[in-house]
Amino acid sequence: MLRLQKLTKTYKTGDQALKAIDLDVPKGQVLALIGPSGAGKSTMIRCINRLVEPTSGAVMLDEVDLTKLGSGALRKARREMGMIFQEYALVERLTVMENVLSGRLGYVGFWRSFLRRYPQADVDEAFRLLDRVGLLHMADKRADELSGGQRQRVGICRALIQNPKLLLVDEPTASLDPKTSRQIMRLITELCQERGLAAIINIHDVALAQMFVPRVVGLRFGEIVYDGGPTGLTPGKLTEIYGEEDWEATIETVEDEDEEFEAAE
Amino acid sequence: MSHRELDDMLGKGWRKPPFVKRPWLRWTLAIGFVAYLIAAVMTIEVDWGRVYEGLDRGWAFILAFTSPDFTSRWSDIWDGLLESIVMTVAASVVGILISIPIGLGAARNIAPLPVYMICRGIVAISRALQEIIVAILLVAIFGFGPLAGFLTLSFATIGFLSKLLAEDIESMDKVQAEAIKASGARWMQWINYGVQPQVMPRLVGLSMYRIDINFRESAILGLVGAGGIGATLNTAFDRYEYDTAAAILLLIIGIVMALEYLSGIIRARVQ
Repeated sequence: MLRLQKLTKTYKTGDQALKAIDLDVPKGQVLALIGPSGAGKSTMIRCINRLVEPTSGAVMLDEVDLTKLGSGALRKARREMGMIFQEYALVERLTVMENVLSGRLGYVGFWRSFLRRYPQADVDEAFRLLDRVGLLHMADKRADELSGGQRQRVGICRALIQNPKLLLVDEPTASLDPKTSRQIMRLITELCQERGLAAIINIHDVALAQMFVPRVVGLRFGEIVYDGGPTGLTPGKLTEIYGEEDWEATIETVEDEDEEFEAAE
Repeated sequence: MSHRELDDMLGKGWRKPPFVKRPWLRWTLAIGFVAYLIAAVMTIEVDWGRVYEGLDRGWAFILAFTSPDFTSRWSDIWDGLLESIVMTVAASVVGILISIPIGLGAARNIAPLPVYMICRGIVAISRALQEIIVAILLVAIFGFGPLAGFLTLSFATIGFLSKLLAEDIESMDKVQAEAIKASGARWMQWINYGVQPQVMPRLVGLSMYRIDINFRESAILGLVGAGGIGATLNTAFDRYEYDTAAAILLLIIGIVMALEYLSGIIRARVQ
């Protein structure tokens, strides 16, 4: 459904963030993108919906090359791709409901959105989503009154109300505590399953990635160096992705923690 | 750092590195500044005899504040005050409305380069021309009266508000705006959802501050014939009616303080 062909991004400074990336994401597949800081994970996600303009190559979303679109068509294409951000990126001075409904901006006209008069169907869907993530009672609170985990849930609602085919998720758990991180990851993967959504999840936490996704792609210096199941991530592979380090501990503690966590629940 | 180096440094004391690294430059700058200050103060010529004579007049002026005369010229004061208030409100509203699009255009992170250059140009012109100079020019064009004052204040508001609004937009949180863009929003929607909520409190605060400035300026503009309470004040001075002038000044101070209080309340509300 999503296919990256020789996707390349060279910044003005000459840094090659992405070196001819080829990647195929079938419908409904959730994959995790791991790699050290600066490997190009964030750039890759942003090149897909063109918040960052790729230098060359193609991004095919259902046979449409997103890199060739003009501004109007790009807006329409962006509706198909929901994005979830690292620091939640909610508009802090707007209410929870306004933040969720802002996911419909690509579908409603300016005056409707300006006057906050959204179609009833959109409002109902917003209520349904907020209820699904357990925040219905917070609908009229201002976004900056929420905790980190709550904000990320609102971010998820905002992405889902777009009714996307694909979720682009940029470090969803980077600023959350371990327990909330798992809850958020679980929520994202569950929702993807419920709706048959494909997702690309940038994530620092290898253990968390292994826990929740069926496919992991490892990026290093703008190149894919690993593509496979979570169990194939051996210490050797992790060294290839991140560099030399004692990986045994990481992989072992993952499983221990997991058991403890399930037991605690 | 190796062990030997640490041993060298222990017990050595520590000072913050000086801002200007080269000692000779540092001392030249410091001595040069002091020398200039002394030279500058010495060029001020004070005619102490004249000061002695003037003290009486100054004292009379200050004494007038103890017995301000609101009544004998009340209708003039009232007219002037009303004119100033109308001028202030009209100029502020028009100025703020024009400032918003120019402010958007003058923010490098949201405007394309040509638009940015034009808007920055407008801001620079508005800021380069001092109110009094603009007022003199506009009085020459439109004649005496509040129209010239209104136009002057609108013009000055644009330079002030656009610049500060643009700077606030430039320092906004990029990711919040990015998130709105990623939803497929139009440009106007993007501004309305991604940018406006972030800069609104500052815009309101600055607007209130500008209303305050405009009112004070309107008292000055009267001196060059641009109407308002300043014209009344000028007349009072010309007639040596210090008690009336004192009454006018007290009113201006009162109104400015009221505006200050009001803007405090409003700013707290919109946070």
